[in-house]
Amino acid sequence: MIAAKVQDAFSFRVSHIDRSSRFGLVFWALLLILLAAAPFWGDRQTMRLLGEIYSYIALASLWNLLAGYAGLVSIGQQVFVGLGGYVLYVGALAGGLPPLLCVPLGGLLCGVLAVPVVLVLFRLRGAYFTIGTWVLAEVFVQVFQQVKAVGGGSGISLPAVVVKSIAQSRDGREFLIYWLFLALVVAVIGLIVTILRTRYGLALTAIRDNEMAAKSNGIDVNRTRLIVFVAAAFANGMAGALIFLQKLSITPFSAFSINDWTMNVIFITVIGGIGRVEGPILGAVIFFVLREFLADYGSAYLIVLGVIAIVVMLKARRGLWGYVADRYGWQLFPLARRLERTRIVPDAAAAAATIEAH
Amino acid sequence: MEWVNIIFQGVLLGGLYALFAAGLSLIFGVMRLVNIAHGDLIVAFAYMAYFVMAALHIGPFTSLAVIVPAAALIGYGLQRGLLNWTLGEELPPLLVTIGLSVIIQNLLLVFFTFDTHRLHAGDIEIASVQFLPDLSVGVLPLIQFAVAVAIIAGLQIVFYRTALGRAFRATSDDPVVAQLMGLETRHIFAMAMALSLAVVAVAGVFIAIRTDFNPFYGPQLLIFGFEAIIIGGLGSLWGTLAGGILLGIAQALGGQFNVGWPFLAGHVVFLAVLIVRPQGLFPKVAL
Amino acid sequence: MALLEVNALDAFYGDFQALFGVSLKVEEGQIVSVIGANGAGKSTLLQSIAGLIKSAPDMIAFDGAPIGAMRAPQLVRQGIALIPEGRRLFSSLSVGENLLVGGQVGRPGPWTLDRVFDLFPNLKHRKDQRSTSLSGGEQQMVAFGRALMTNPRLLLCDELSLGLAPIVVKEIFARLPEIVREGVTVVIVEQDIVQALSASSHVYCLQEGRVTLGGPPAQLSREAIKAAYFGV
Ligand SMILES: Nc1ncnc2c1ncn2[C@@H]1O[C@H](COP(=O)(O)OP(=O)(O)OP(=O)(O)O)[C@@H](O)[C@H]1O
Ligand SMILES: [Mg+2]
Repeated sequence: MIAAKVQDAFSFRVSHIDRSSRFGLVFWALLLILLAAAPFWGDRQTMRLLGEIYSYIALASLWNLLAGYAGLVSIGQQVFVGLGGYVLYVGALAGGLPPLLCVPLGGLLCGVLAVPVVLVLFRLRGAYFTIGTWVLAEVFVQVFQQVKAVGGGSGISLPAVVVKSIAQSRDGREFLIYWLFLALVVAVIGLIVTILRTRYGLALTAIRDNEMAAKSNGIDVNRTRLIVFVAAAFANGMAGALIFLQKLSITPFSAFSINDWTMNVIFITVIGGIGRVEGPILGAVIFFVLREFLADYGSAYLIVLGVIAIVVMLKARRGLWGYVADRYGWQLFPLARRLERTRIVPDAAAAAATIEAH
Repeated sequence: MEWVNIIFQGVLLGGLYALFAAGLSLIFGVMRLVNIAHGDLIVAFAYMAYFVMAALHIGPFTSLAVIVPAAALIGYGLQRGLLNWTLGEELPPLLVTIGLSVIIQNLLLVFFTFDTHRLHAGDIEIASVQFLPDLSVGVLPLIQFAVAVAIIAGLQIVFYRTALGRAFRATSDDPVVAQLMGLETRHIFAMAMALSLAVVAVAGVFIAIRTDFNPFYGPQLLIFGFEAIIIGGLGSLWGTLAGGILLGIAQALGGQFNVGWPFLAGHVVFLAVLIVRPQGLFPKVAL
Repeated sequence: MALLEVNALDAFYGDFQALFGVSLKVEEGQIVSVIGANGAGKSTLLQSIAGLIKSAPDMIAFDGAPIGAMRAPQLVRQGIALIPEGRRLFSSLSVGENLLVGGQVGRPGPWTLDRVFDLFPNLKHRKDQRSTSLSGGEQQMVAFGRALMTNPRLLLCDELSLGLAPIVVKEIFARLPEIVREGVTVVIVEQDIVQALSASSHVYCLQEGRVTLGGPPAQLSREAIKAAYFGV
């Protein structure tokens, strides 16, 4: 065998990982194990609270994907949350479907519905798009109030038979729903990180930073936005189905509540850090801590949140996480793109080139 | 004749919607700011009028003498103290006014509870004039419509015939060069907001005489104003008036079919315009 | 005392430094030109003087008073006007309205709508036309007139010749003496070196944010200017 003459060669590859994101991966893995085991160490109360936090992290992450990356500020996402919830109830009650099957079904319906919705709303630019989403949400609330089959204004609740079909024991149900919430939030964040790492992510970041420049560089802005909006609607629908599966009853007001499913979500994202994957997670933690302290004050709580959000917007536009991340260069998800020069042998270089080109 | 009557009601109501819209599109035109808290400010002015009327024992129309200047001052202060700092990028003004909207709603809730209120104008509320044997129209809506049209005409004059309006348009075209001409853009923006809120205060008092309101009524009004703008076509005040009237008619007709439908009918017309003619029915024509 | 004095001026765009210790003097009644290649920092210099870019107070003195920290609208009131690069007329305003915006500060002085129309007669019958419908040269005249309407003591002109035919450039430059006679001091930034040298009594050359040459045109050799301009 002739020894191959090994020559040094340089190759460039895009790296997403740095030290802080490597630390981040370990951190998330440990946290995930800990949280997945919550049924073994936490009481019912803790699990419910955690489940709620997960649902908000999921909703806020999706809103962040829309507003922070795609430049689509929507105040109508409650439509998809509510619709997902209603699909579950109608599917289980009228269709006799197993409730857990109705969860992805809810997502699917929302995703499909999002297409015509987007095509109409995309005729509105910027802030007018925002109000357009609001009008749409109004339309849904008013239609659902009229539809007697889903209980009209007074809503419907999930009968015991259906509830029991999820799992026989109460603990069993609570555990299952808890894990589903956890799975949802992991899936949503996983999806977002994946999207951001593909070329759609690059396109989104370009759009976020400068829409005109993105357009002139051949990025199909509307197509990218459409895909993101539909994906978000799909995930919002699933989240809604899960949320109302846990609540056991649904009314048009709770389903399409702008405060619950949009305003709170906006505050979480803005405070945590818009345009950062970590932002909504930090924001949700802050939100729930504040809620523990201020819950007794009712509307004062929302006033305080509003004030905090405004101050953050004025003083730290990329939110608390953005502030920290900019300062110390932290990232807990492997997202930043850096060109890395690697020294490799020629054969490996060719192989690497093929892989990287993929 | 009944239909004529209904359409007439719609037209008169539409005048008020146009007034909401005029305030909204004025500030959008000058500084590209969409004030999500617009409707909540309208409601806040209605509450202010309620308070002033009780304190001074005056009627809603007289209260305007206090409310309108107060609204202008609030607008000026709000712009200089807060909103000017958000301009430049797309997200901050939007998110800050969303926060403002939530704050105003909940402040109103704290002070006035969830109970609905209404401003009472006395006998004029039931007075009407007989136009035709079958067509009688309330005096109050008629007056309100006339005032709304007059205010919109006034805005048109301010915008196109005065130095302030010229400064508005110049600043809107190029704020940097406007500064090179000695215009204090921060002041100009604040003046635009003051004017917008002064207009909106009138609209707020008017609508509060006609319907019950509560602290969460604002978004509805924002949406009506917004729909009037889109139906009429961006950037044209007369178009906005037409848009408001069309919206009013749609709502009045919708209400005839089903009590739950007036707003829905309005939304449907709005969506239809958006689909068929996204530039609006009467888009701005060149100078 | 000089009307305008720039002392060791630094200017930044974020982290990027565009001007490094630029110093120059403009005496009342002079026409001073600033030349330099693309990106030398000429516009940055004018924008700093006009208050669009903030500086330390002492870096710029106008009539002996420190003005470095003042904003553009305040400086317009003090009598500093800038004709921006590329004209930048208010596109939704008519020609007349563009001029009137300039007059809106209400500084007293010789320049009125009629005086501007005397200076640029072409504009008179285009008064009600939209500003975007004019030719490039006419647009430059409107931009010029608009700045004059603020009745400045110091007029800063950023590349009047940009994109204009030589004959039009000549026509506009021919107006400068009349403007100076009315008591206006003029600073022109130009890439058209010949035009700049012949119009001015003093010239400064900028290169990569630094002053590389300064003096009366008559005393500067072609070689010196070339070296200062291109850095060869
Ligand atoms: N807004 C800005 N942001 C960042 N850098 C800028 C900005 N404006 C100018 N620069 C940079 O500052 C330097 C000086 O620019 P300036 O516009 O002052 O040059 P100039 O001499 O006027 O050039 P030109 O003859 O092309 O007009 C250049 O390197 C330019 O890239
Ligand atoms: Mg320049």
